[in-house]
Amino acid sequence: MYKIVRKEALKPTVILYEIEAPMVAKKAQPGQFIILRVDENGERIPITIHDYDREKGTVTIIVQTIGATTEKLSHKSEGEYIQDFVGPLGRPTETEGKKKVCVVGGGVGCAIAYPVLKKFHDCGAEVHAVVGFKNKDLVILEDKFREASSVMKLMTDDGSYGEKGLVTDALKQLIEEGNQYDEVFAIGPAIMMKFVSMTTKPYGVKTTVSMSPIMVDGTGMCGGCRLTVGGETKFACVDGPDFDGHLVDWDESLKRGKMYFDWERHKHEETCNLLSKEVK
Amino acid sequence: MANMSLKKNEMPSQDPNVRNKNFLEVALGYTEEQALDEAARCLNCKNPQCVSGCPVQVRIPEFIQKIVEKDYEGAYQVIHSTSSLPAVCGRVCPQETQCESKCIRGIKGEAVGIGRLERFVADWHNAHATEEPVKPQSNGHKVAVIGSGPSGLTCAGDLAKKGYEVTVFEALHLAGGVLVYGIPEFRLPKSIVQKEVDGLKALGVKIETNMVIGRVVSIDELMSEYGFEAVFVGSGAGLPMFMHIPGENLCGVYSANEFLTRINLMKAYREGADTPLMDLKGKKVAVVGGGNVAMDAARCSKRLGADVYVVYRRGMEELPARHEEVEHAIEEGIIFKTLNNPVKINGDDKGYVKSMTCIEMELGEPDASGRRRPVEKVGSEFDLDVDCVIMSLGTSPNPLIKNTTPGIEVNKKGGIIVNEAGMTSQQSVYAGGDAVTGAATVILAMGAGKLGAKSIDEQLSGK
Repeated sequence: MYKIVRKEALKPTVILYEIEAPMVAKKAQPGQFIILRVDENGERIPITIHDYDREKGTVTIIVQTIGATTEKLSHKSEGEYIQDFVGPLGRPTETEGKKKVCVVGGGVGCAIAYPVLKKFHDCGAEVHAVVGFKNKDLVILEDKFREASSVMKLMTDDGSYGEKGLVTDALKQLIEEGNQYDEVFAIGPAIMMKFVSMTTKPYGVKTTVSMSPIMVDGTGMCGGCRLTVGGETKFACVDGPDFDGHLVDWDESLKRGKMYFDWERHKHEETCNLLSKEVK
Repeated sequence: MANMSLKKNEMPSQDPNVRNKNFLEVALGYTEEQALDEAARCLNCKNPQCVSGCPVQVRIPEFIQKIVEKDYEGAYQVIHSTSSLPAVCGRVCPQETQCESKCIRGIKGEAVGIGRLERFVADWHNAHATEEPVKPQSNGHKVAVIGSGPSGLTCAGDLAKKGYEVTVFEALHLAGGVLVYGIPEFRLPKSIVQKEVDGLKALGVKIETNMVIGRVVSIDELMSEYGFEAVFVGSGAGLPMFMHIPGENLCGVYSANEFLTRINLMKAYREGADTPLMDLKGKKVAVVGGGNVAMDAARCSKRLGADVYVVYRRGMEELPARHEEVEHAIEEGIIFKTLNNPVKINGDDKGYVKSMTCIEMELGEPDASGRRRPVEKVGSEFDLDVDCVIMSLGTSPNPLIKNTTPGIEVNKKGGIIVNEAGMTSQQSVYAGGDAVTGAATVILAMGAGKLGAKSIDEQLSGK
């Protein structure tokens, strides 16, 4: 069992959990993920690591309450325990040797874009940040992003905060202004990462994306997390989760990501009903 | 007086048309009467060939004689002295190609039902034994075992019995490896695996779940920082193989590993499970491949309400699965489309499987494996309407250990290279099971775990 030592709602449906997991904290690196199960009957879900404290022995994740499992998780309080927490999984993001990079984060993806951005910064790169949210109410980690980047563009879909527009608009503008990036690193919804990759392609800027496909074991056994990269089948859990965004077969990945869409929606409703009954 | 019946006592089983709708165990096990009758068929040969057919050298005639004497606990102890997992082996070992293939009674008639007797004895023990295993006196040596599948559990058990302080590291949240994620409930109830694991714990074996060795701790660190003097790697089969045909990544195409893990480990077949699985009720499923894992996937699909085809490129005679599994599958209503090979999988506009294009095959000259090579019949392509395809083509060893342990050499296929003592190219690191051989059987993995334990004991007890 793994203790939730801190729980903080960044937004009503975006929650930070700091979990006691000393062994994982000791080895975690930006870009890696963990798999958790909330309870004994729980599904295994992969979540990319937001932060870790090696001395305190904790790992922090930021989770959007979006399905049955994350709903259950959101009903756990500080001081309570979750059943399983395994990691760190996947290969760490390669952050060494870059002079200038642009990190693009979308929505809750910013939670995992941040440690990557910070690591680039700590490795001595000049870092630009482009972050996008639906609206003002969903903006997270703004200060942290500003701290570690020399140029920061904050975009909202409806213009309620920062600039109105998509992350790709801002990215395109930065490139057009003459910024020569060694690498663009995108983390967010698959559809956003697809369009970031399409935006950078004409300019030939190396673009890395952090994929989060459906997964079961996360250790290189089930093959459920496979995707096509450059015509080859790759497994996100052991070969990734970072891949060359210009080589990913996006349409296939987007479709695979929706495989259990109806099931998930139904299950989420069911779980919400059940949990609200318990509260009463 | 020996029972000279040419036929072995039949295994009582659930009716095929009942069992193909539930996940309860298919074979029900001998009654005491049947076990005694079957045990009386053993001639108690002076020079028993059956023992040499067993990868862990169970003293077969000796345990069968104990059954004849109605000393069932004694029979269990005979088996348990060389095999850590009697209740498992009695269920999933391919006895027909091992011990039973060497049985003298098999020359004229059927071999003694050794596997069925083993199961009887193990189940008797599990139901009646009251004595807790005693934790042996520690000899002070610490050994790490990576993976809690058949090879790891065997190695851990053998070492623990000798007083070693053994810690088993398991990547998943539950111990048992392929016994819990791969083999379905109806062939091997999970409560039985749990009993075996509990037995090891009673011997003092520590089991640490959620530990992905190579990521959270490396093998080198286990030895340098955590004080383990030897390591046994039983990390098992790794990534599933695919055919590399178009459409393999459509929604509704599973590897057998994923499909079975969702069902067996995550219990997706149960009402209210948290882990999703495609709804197969009234759907059509094609399982590609002909091994035991393919049979498991096919029979699970059937139980979930699907019409199921097994698509295999060679003929019925060449199916690598155990004969008994194939028979059970046929009884349960699974349709074998042998001498067919998939060419591509076709999807609808949402990316879900709608059919699979196959080509007919015929058998040509024998290939390197000695089996007749399947050859495509030109122009014989046809579409098989299916909603789900399960690829069961084997696995390639998990790359995690290799990638994170520079001292360990692997062969071209990724299998860890070991010497005759089971030791890898790195001193004090041993390996066995599917991580070495690629996909094989439970009992071969157990044999390798046994060898690893013996070699580790020889190395450390000499210190």
